[in-house]
Amino acid sequence: MKNKIIIENLTLQYSDGTESLNDISLDIPANATTVLFGPAGGGKSSLLRCLNRLNDLADVESVSGKILLDGENILDPKLDVIALRRKVGMVFARPVVLPFSIRGNLTYGLELAGEKRKSRHDEAVERSLKLAALWEEVHDRLDDPAIALSGGQQQRLCLARSLALEPDVILLDEPTSGLDPISTSKVENALIELKKQYTVILVPHSVQQAARTSDYAAFFLQGKLVEYASGTEIFTNPKNQRTEDYVTGRFG
Amino acid sequence: MNNIFTKNRELTEKLGFSLLTLMTLLTIIPIIGTVIYIIAQGAPAMSWEFITGFPRDGMREGGIWPAIIGTFYLTLGTAIFSVPLGIAAAIYLSEYAADNRATRLIRLAIINLAGIPSVVYGLFGLGLFVLFLKFGTSMLSASLTLSIMTLPVIISTAEEALRAVPQSFRTVSISLGGTRWQTIRRTVLPEALPGIITGVILGLERAAGETAPILFTGAAFFLPRLPHSPFDATMALPYHLFVISTQVPEMPIQIQYGTALVLLVFVLGMNMIATFIRSRARAKRQW
Repeated sequence: MKNKIIIENLTLQYSDGTESLNDISLDIPANATTVLFGPAGGGKSSLLRCLNRLNDLADVESVSGKILLDGENILDPKLDVIALRRKVGMVFARPVVLPFSIRGNLTYGLELAGEKRKSRHDEAVERSLKLAALWEEVHDRLDDPAIALSGGQQQRLCLARSLALEPDVILLDEPTSGLDPISTSKVENALIELKKQYTVILVPHSVQQAARTSDYAAFFLQGKLVEYASGTEIFTNPKNQRTEDYVTGRFG
Repeated sequence: MNNIFTKNRELTEKLGFSLLTLMTLLTIIPIIGTVIYIIAQGAPAMSWEFITGFPRDGMREGGIWPAIIGTFYLTLGTAIFSVPLGIAAAIYLSEYAADNRATRLIRLAIINLAGIPSVVYGLFGLGLFVLFLKFGTSMLSASLTLSIMTLPVIISTAEEALRAVPQSFRTVSISLGGTRWQTIRRTVLPEALPGIITGVILGLERAAGETAPILFTGAAFFLPRLPHSPFDATMALPYHLFVISTQVPEMPIQIQYGTALVLLVFVLGMNMIATFIRSRARAKRQW
């Protein structure tokens, strides 16, 4: 199994003293879904936001350690963060569609990258919508405003939008937290297809979702990585008492 | 018991509602009254000659064309200086400036700048542009003075319009590989534009109607010809109105009110354009 991302001794502190990361080491394999789960404030989102350097926008006091993506340290200040963000796509908890058409949302990233060819745009629109299981529902109204879609459709559009850039890694931060069960299962089914091509890192919105979707699972508690193993192991036979207490619902 | 209580509440509700309606009417009546009065008094003066002619007979006859053109030029000149500068400053303050003491001080200075009496700007313009920079009493000096007066309005309304664009749009754009500037240009600015344009027009409208800032810097009592270059002085509607209302004896009253009506149409016209842009953008807005 090839490791796509290798995190070594990552420690992070925000200047307002909220959620932090404490000496995290973690290997994330390619072509699998790795879930980062645990109670709120455990550091899952912070870790996600390190992986595409979105934390650059936040008030970070200090970061140390290494995150190697295909062997390259992405915490290197000299790194081209724009190229990194094209390679590492992200879907947020609340679907945020940009104030454009459905097509406009999907081609936005390509336009930023300087891709002007319409054929490439059309190809990316169709491919990404099919991957996100949205093509059937919207292919005949691509020029409608994206805001007119339902919440579940908007979130799949957001997923498609990051896929349009053909990234290597997809980060999902509680992508189904605001969705109904049917939309949630559509997103989850899309993820199963996605991991054939991509490295998927998911912060689930419930333990159940973590159990359903994970190939590998990492349990975070108060900024520390408590246990990391295959999903089957974590959810059927955890080694750490606190992991067991959390997955069996004794706290959380 | 319960019934009396309900009745009391209904009475209070009705009383409060009537009082608020009355207050609103009281604020509207003077505005409508002024407009109607000026239209009634000024309308008889309206003619093709009044709009496109030059003043004659010590301004007691003829038209106000040079003043109309002058006000147009001054507003245009003010726009040329204050709009790019104001929007750029607003983008810097909203999108780039760190939230620290220096930024807060700049914001405070801008707010205070908006409160300075316009005659003080006039004196400042006289000192800086007319005398020190030797631009003379000219449209250039007057436009620059009006620009300084207009800038705080443009900066604060534009900054507010930019801040009203949801932060999540920026985060998403950055996460899709956008640079800060790409994010501003493609997502933030287009969404904020209607608000910015509204602020610009309201700022320029104030500049178009001001007398004090141009009094010492570029306004002429009477000129027999139109200005040819930015270094010429010019007649302007507000100053012309001041002149014919106070400085010229035996001035026909309909010329005074006619001039006021033209100025009012100029300014209210700009106001209406701003309102139109704002309401159209609100209807189209997707957040």
